[in-house]
Amino acid sequence: MVRKVVRGFYAVAYAVKLCRPAVICAYPITPQTEIVENLATMYANGELGNCQYITAESEFGAASILVGASATGARTFTATCSQGLILMSEVLWNAAGMRLPIVMVIANRSLSAPLSIWNDHQDSMAMRDACIIQVYVENNQEAHDMIPQAYKIAENKDVMLPFMVCMDGYKLTHAYEPVDLLEQETVDSFLPPYDPPIKLTTKDPLTFGCYAPPHCYMEFRVVMQRAMMRAKKVMEEVFKEWAELTGRNWGGLIATDYMDNAETAVVAMGSVVGLVREVVEEMRKDGKKVGLVKIRSFRPFPTEELRKVMKDVENIVVFERAVSFGYEGPVSIDLKSALFGHSNAKVYSFAVGLGGRDIPRDLIRKCINNAIEGKVDEGFHFEGVKEFEEVII
Amino acid sequence: MTILIEVRFHGRGGQGVVTAADILAVAGFKEGYWTLSFPMFGAEKRGTPVVSYLRLSDKPIVERDEIYNPNYVVVLDPTVIGPVRVENGIKKNGMIIANYPKPAEELRKEHFSNLNGSIKILTLNATKMAIEILGRPITNTAMVGAFAGATKLIKLSTLKETVFEWFEKKGEELANKNVELVEKAYKEMEGKV
Repeated sequence: MVRKVVRGFYAVAYAVKLCRPAVICAYPITPQTEIVENLATMYANGELGNCQYITAESEFGAASILVGASATGARTFTATCSQGLILMSEVLWNAAGMRLPIVMVIANRSLSAPLSIWNDHQDSMAMRDACIIQVYVENNQEAHDMIPQAYKIAENKDVMLPFMVCMDGYKLTHAYEPVDLLEQETVDSFLPPYDPPIKLTTKDPLTFGCYAPPHCYMEFRVVMQRAMMRAKKVMEEVFKEWAELTGRNWGGLIATDYMDNAETAVVAMGSVVGLVREVVEEMRKDGKKVGLVKIRSFRPFPTEELRKVMKDVENIVVFERAVSFGYEGPVSIDLKSALFGHSNAKVYSFAVGLGGRDIPRDLIRKCINNAIEGKVDEGFHFEGVKEFEEVII
Repeated sequence: MTILIEVRFHGRGGQGVVTAADILAVAGFKEGYWTLSFPMFGAEKRGTPVVSYLRLSDKPIVERDEIYNPNYVVVLDPTVIGPVRVENGIKKNGMIIANYPKPAEELRKEHFSNLNGSIKILTLNATKMAIEILGRPITNTAMVGAFAGATKLIKLSTLKETVFEWFEKKGEELANKNVELVEKAYKEMEGKV
């Protein structure tokens, strides 16, 4: 193991290389671009073995090429975000329905309009229902570690689903920080070659994603849901195996800190978690019974885990990085649904840092304190918003 | 007690503002610090004001918010001083290290007359130095050297090694010139502290 100061892009690209992908296909989009640029450089230098690196004409093309490649039994990788992910979306629903374990990194970025290249979670949240596993990472070490685990989970025969590793654009992708880079032997001992029992070959022709009239379509949907639910157990097992292998334990579908005797649970996902944890620590030192719940897996949703950990809390504060317009923050929507009938806790949901607006320590502390002290109503709020007047013409 | 040193870099697109923070993140790590550098990604156009950030600590860094109260401010371009309030939020006993063609007292008089007296100001003419050595007004390596010389947070030998490795892939000559620039700025700043 080598500990090196590297940029987020490289931490991801290097981990992808160690997973021995057979086909990488991508179209560049900020802030994801340098992930695939790094991989293209490795490819050009002959470091990717038998991998094919294909430059597509669009994200739609990139996803389509990977669907074809994955169906032939190739281990595949792509990275995208924002408008690029949305352009891929038609194809990605197909990838999930065809049960193709494509692994992709989403360098989370806001959606247009107005045009913004900065970070929030609106892009991956828009893909919430596509039957794609979504894990959100806190730092570049977790992003690096997640890549081999993503392949192992996605390619498990009980799962066979696409996998999104969601990492905050800029905040992680563009940050230099120390990362313990994995060794090839470590990854090889953990991740077997991808060898699906069913694949496209000329010898034994099959069709993937074929026409399903009403008499058989629904059963495909049933097994997709089953696969997603089975993924929970597979993920727990793989996460545990990873912790034993590397000594880095990132937790299960959720990870908690200071939740013993907590009266208030603070829920967050992604790169803001580190700072939220620090604020929670500070508040604990001040005698406030606050704990942190980091949601790692958003799909499948950690329903049972959240019920268990939230059993006795009185307040729940959720930091949202996206909005389901016309309702509220997507994390609180699912959280409340999971807790219905299991908890009477008040849920305070705060949308923060949309379109890359900074999320300073003071803002986090203010949101938590306001909830504890009953200074805000339950429900959904935008925080860190300037005073402005909406003009309706 | 945890050590956390926060540095904010100001300059203009094309001067290597982001790279300055990144080089110091690598060099700081070699000195035994945990480090984190990241840009405030802006319009990305040459000539527009650019900001980047660096944190150095004795434990893993989890704060990824922007730096509002820096211990140090490093200015790569004299013309951002004024249009950009580079001094905003700087801590008491902090330090501004600026690429400025005039002595520090004059910079204080011209732009920072209201600044708390505990905040030290140091200047060097990094643009001139960079043109002399690199033949181009790219001031990031000079200011990285100036930062290390002024703060002594990073040893000159470590910084020279890091800068050489950083530029090596662009050619040994360029790498050596940047090392020369780092050393010159470091020594000049060392004499001013």
